Amino acid sequence: MSARNHGLRGWVLQRLTALYLALFLLYLLVHLSVSAPATVAEWRAWVGDPLVNGAWAVFFAALLMHAWVGVRDVILDYVRPAGLRLIVLFALGLYLLALGYWALVVLLAVAP
Amino acid sequence: MRSDDPRPVALNLLRIRFPAPAVLSILHRIAGLLLFLGVPLAVYLMELSLSGPAGFARAEALLAAPALRFAGLVILWAFSHHLLAGVRHLLLDLDIGISKAAAHASAWFVNLAAAGVVVAYLGYLGGLW
Repeated sequence: MSARNHGLRGWVLQRLTALYLALFLLYLLVHLSVSAPATVAEWRAWVGDPLVNGAWAVFFAALLMHAWVGVRDVILDYVRPAGLRLIVLFALGLYLLALGYWALVVLLAVAP
Repeated sequence: MRSDDPRPVALNLLRIRFPAPAVLSILHRIAGLLLFLGVPLAVYLMELSLSGPAGFARAEALLAAPALRFAGLVILWAFSHHLLAGVRHLLLDLDIGISKAAAHASAWFVNLAAAGVVVAYLGYLGGLW
């Protein structure tokens, strides 16, 4: 049952995260083009705002989950030997977790 | 599909036709991989720019460097294509635009519009508008 649900879970996750990524990145694009931070203090204050900081954290979580499903699909298509496939998937997982940790450290450094 | 599947595989790229939705599908994947490669760069620039006045100035200088400006154009194309193709995908999931003609038209639109965004941005940089 859980094995059968696996593909569906990835499918749903890909779409839910896509919606958030699209909305957040469009908002970011508009914000940066309308009021780009002129000084580091301004920039730190904006990213440090509790709401913005939280939105960034959710963004990175959504981004890494979205990348996991997408890159996993590419690996499953092109890396055929089972052993190698497992190693590459494991490396991808570790890499994404490391990126998530790094992003969290960056956000917490300016968090309120 | 098992990897020892005996069915013939036609991989002669000159014999395979690539209608717009097929091109979109391949570009959607390539754009996604490019964005995936850009993530560490984005996190690095964010960390650098938030670190203090020196880091902020360094990040601004990096973003103005030719190599990163070019990378920025690539990322702009990848983001535009991935976003538009993604929205098209979500609409198809909702049974919107699933007729063959509509799906072809929307695929053409996405492929051209993504390139159009880059051209428009270059025009903006060049002071055309």
